[in-house]
Amino acid sequence: MTARILIVDDESAIRRLVRGAAERAGHSVAEAGTAAEALVAARREGCELVLLDLGLPDRDGIELVPLIKAMDRAVIVLTARDATAEKVAALDLGADDYVVKPFDSDELLARIRTALRHRSAVDAGAMAIGSVSIDLPARRVTRDGQEVKLTRKEFAVLAELARHPDRVITHAHLLRAVWGDAHVEDIEYLRVTMRGLRLKLEADPASPQLLRNEPGVGYRLVG
Amino acid sequence: MNAAPRPSPDALLKAARRESRGQLKIFLGAAPGVGKTFEMLREGAERLKAGDDVVAGIVETHGRAETEALMAPFEVLPRRNISHGAHTLAEFDIDAMLARKPAVALIDEFAHTNAPGSRHPKRWQDIEELRDAGIDVLTTLNIQHVESLNDIVAGFTRVRVRETVPDAILDDAEIEIVDVPPDELIERLKAGKVYVPQEATRALGHFFSKSNLSALRELALRRAAQTVDRHLLDHVASTGDAGNWAAGDRILVAVGDQPGGDALIRAAKRLADALRAPWTAVSIETPRSATLSAAARSRMADSLKLASGLGAAIVTVPARNVFEGLTAHIIETRATAVVIGKSQRSWWFELRHGSVVDRLVRALDGVAVHVVPVGDVAASGDEMRSKRPPATRGTLAGLGFVALTTAIATGVQTLVGPNSIDLLYLLPVIATATLFGLRSSLIATAAAVLAYNFFFLPPLYTLTISDPQNVITVLVLLVVAVVASQLAGGLRQEATIGARTATENAALAAFGQRLAAVSDENGTAQAVCEDVADLLDVSTVLFARDGARLVVAGASPASPAIGPVDIAAAEWSFDRGEIAGRDSATLTASDWQFHPLETALGVLGVLGIARQTRGDPVPADKRLLFTTLLGQAALAHERLKLEANAREVSALQQRDDLRATLLSSLGHDLKTPLTAVVAAADALAAEHGASATTATLKAEARRLRRVFDDLVEMTRIESGALTVRREATDLTDAVAAAAQDLRAELARHRLVLDVPPTLPLVDADPRMLHHVLINLIGNAAKFSPVDTAITVQARRTPDRLTLAVLDSGPGFPPGEESRLFDRFTRVDGDDMTGGTGLGLAIVKGFADAMGLGVTAANRAEGGARFALVWPESAIRRPLKDGDAT
Repeated sequence: MTARILIVDDESAIRRLVRGAAERAGHSVAEAGTAAEALVAARREGCELVLLDLGLPDRDGIELVPLIKAMDRAVIVLTARDATAEKVAALDLGADDYVVKPFDSDELLARIRTALRHRSAVDAGAMAIGSVSIDLPARRVTRDGQEVKLTRKEFAVLAELARHPDRVITHAHLLRAVWGDAHVEDIEYLRVTMRGLRLKLEADPASPQLLRNEPGVGYRLVG
Repeated sequence: MNAAPRPSPDALLKAARRESRGQLKIFLGAAPGVGKTFEMLREGAERLKAGDDVVAGIVETHGRAETEALMAPFEVLPRRNISHGAHTLAEFDIDAMLARKPAVALIDEFAHTNAPGSRHPKRWQDIEELRDAGIDVLTTLNIQHVESLNDIVAGFTRVRVRETVPDAILDDAEIEIVDVPPDELIERLKAGKVYVPQEATRALGHFFSKSNLSALRELALRRAAQTVDRHLLDHVASTGDAGNWAAGDRILVAVGDQPGGDALIRAAKRLADALRAPWTAVSIETPRSATLSAAARSRMADSLKLASGLGAAIVTVPARNVFEGLTAHIIETRATAVVIGKSQRSWWFELRHGSVVDRLVRALDGVAVHVVPVGDVAASGDEMRSKRPPATRGTLAGLGFVALTTAIATGVQTLVGPNSIDLLYLLPVIATATLFGLRSSLIATAAAVLAYNFFFLPPLYTLTISDPQNVITVLVLLVVAVVASQLAGGLRQEATIGARTATENAALAAFGQRLAAVSDENGTAQAVCEDVADLLDVSTVLFARDGARLVVAGASPASPAIGPVDIAAAEWSFDRGEIAGRDSATLTASDWQFHPLETALGVLGVLGIARQTRGDPVPADKRLLFTTLLGQAALAHERLKLEANAREVSALQQRDDLRATLLSSLGHDLKTPLTAVVAAADALAAEHGASATTATLKAEARRLRRVFDDLVEMTRIESGALTVRREATDLTDAVAAAAQDLRAELARHRLVLDVPPTLPLVDADPRMLHHVLINLIGNAAKFSPVDTAITVQARRTPDRLTLAVLDSGPGFPPGEESRLFDRFTRVDGDDMTGGTGLGLAIVKGFADAMGLGVTAANRAEGGARFALVWPESAIRRPLKDGDAT
């Protein structure tokens, strides 16, 4: 899957190198060095995904996330800062993913693919991930063909993750969606429910391959 | 890096919604014909020139050539025909506009009502929908179409429009006034340049009068200013930068002694809220004030207290009378509106003194005078003039003077004859009038007239007057009595009030100076206590909060007698911000009466006062003074507190700012080239095929990153800048995430995870724990020979939970355990594996910060064992079933 990608970074060297990697993968690339340029370029016809560095000279990049999301573009945030609060803020504002600098080109391209794949609303139908298959409308989950009995909350959390496969869903998002606004802080609920899901779905619950933890940020269903 | 303060995601989302929504710009005019459409088109042309995609939706040129000429550059959206009865109406086509989706749409006549059958009944609703779709809209509006002004305009123009737009939409828009002086507009009208709809022609002559146009113009200007004010206020609210009022209305409420002052204050508060204006409660201290009863004084003090509680500033103005005091103060403070109670005085009083309201209205130009009916009339009469010397005493004295005069006159008559006797009788009348006032002097006058008549006027010893000249004598005596008593009474009152206000003002000024001079809290407290004790002749004590307890911060006289019930009353007063103790509603057993020092920062102290005689601690006539003193004391405390806060904050801020700037610029400066190195290596590999060289490049870049992260974290640990965010953590989760991140480093080892899923959750900072695990597991991988096992093992024991990392490396030299966690401690072999010597120091620093233990030991079977230990207090109880699932 190739797409038109906008690279927003104030360092031209980074833009050039990322452009190279993206073009080798068949994407077509536009560049912007400032927030102002980014907003203009992102609005242009055909742009599908924006790689957004947060350290821009004219404006905090995180403020652009909701603006670009409002244009219906996928957003992957590039950040030099390894601060969980920033990641959570970016995701809560609608970013599809984040990558911490320095990043591996292969990893970045993989994230781009994922973000593009799920740009269109995920069909809420059935999906199979490894030996697990999830049928959301039927509320049915099987592992190796065997039906798995999930509690209501377990299913709700799994469904929320499955709606955005490969994307980090923040703790707050999951808690709000499943337990309601009053329980946004009750991360314990989520921990207990995730543990239940791991035990029921993972081949080796101690080394989960399906339900990935992003410390301090959220969970990701690896699709 | 340090998380720099930034607005919450919610605030950003809101801002983004505002930003991604189309902007609305309204060209607002006072009347048709001012050139709104013209201005709109001109702005549209400018945007077009600037490269924006501008489309004309609806532009009513009304056949004006100059306007039509301006239309030329625009793409015009075709109208939609809607058949309505026999007519076909050409309406704005919202769907076409949405489909066309330009950057900017020009749509005339914001208040237009759409033809029946349109999507929205009103055009402004169409425009809202366009804005939702991200389209900027330029539009035009006449002021009479603004909903809140509709009535007002109809009131003076007698033309009512049915098409109105809600005010809220204006608040959200940028408003540009299109302004033309009334004379010029009338000229244009006469020249036929103004298009007027047929149905309005009749009303035209009236509508376009100069006075109407001026009024409309003013309304338009004010409305635009209001919108600007509101934007500013919203901005202030969102930035939290309060304290600066936009230029605009200032409201003043005149507080009197009449009952019902509360209603007056509330009315003023409502007005202030509606106008978002600051307001001041003014009491005018006149000579008459001195004669007020205790009840009236205390009513006045209560009103002022209520006003101050509702956010008003309190001012007392000494003046000869209410009218003069008020006007002077209004002019001085440039108040824009004054709220005053409808007078409850008798028509007789008003006839003599003039109605303050009437005179205010006449005297003040450009100030709105709001008259509020207040209270019941009955209450006030008996309370007036209680301070006048008792009338009976005056009457007796007056009669005595007259008797004395008669005695003297009888003696003198034989010497000078009867003709000058009448003059003698002026003396008792004037004396009584000056000393005892009008009523006594009138009685004295009557007595003097009778005595003169009886003893000296022929026929003697009767009360008949035969000579008409003598009638004049009697009348003159009466007039003298009235005039003299008025003059003397006024002088007497003015003198006392002047003296009293002067002493009080001097005392207040001195108080203010003393407070300004002291710069610490205890000094302030002591100054407050001493001055209040002096001025009110009471004992005082001031409590301030020290941690959880109230402590005596000042007292006069020193070492006051404070019992448990007094402390309780003081605490109640502090916590609730209400008066407590003696003569209050709460804990009246206390000898003290406690008054909270209320400030914008909350209650900062309580002032206790007590009177030796156990009477009311604050006599009614001192209430006003006391309220002012209390206010000043509170302000002084607030000032100190703010200063202290500011000092503390700025010192902390400077340190934090410096550190944050340093770390984040380091982060950027180092990670940017690192990113470039990694990407370049990838590029090399892609162009020339992957090689050992490119792999090394990438591995080294990754290692450099870890080194850098360690450095940053160490800096934070050292500077005490760590903020711990504890959350319930599943160790299985945490270990799995660390293993995932380390998969490259662990590629040549066997990782054995022995973390039972039945373990309880523990408290940990997710980011720190992740870093700790990376360091420990990474270390193990570094020191363990290839293909050996690295085990991560968690165990619950009765009083703790231990997470251990076991490796199969060489271990460390015995006795080094305690040094391992020091900075830059490197063990043999570290050189080859490239450690910084910081890794374990960070483990220790983070563990300490999270309240965890950390141990190191050599294993009997070879290799090292590093362990994190959670104490019982950091282990979560299992959730009750059903809470989570």
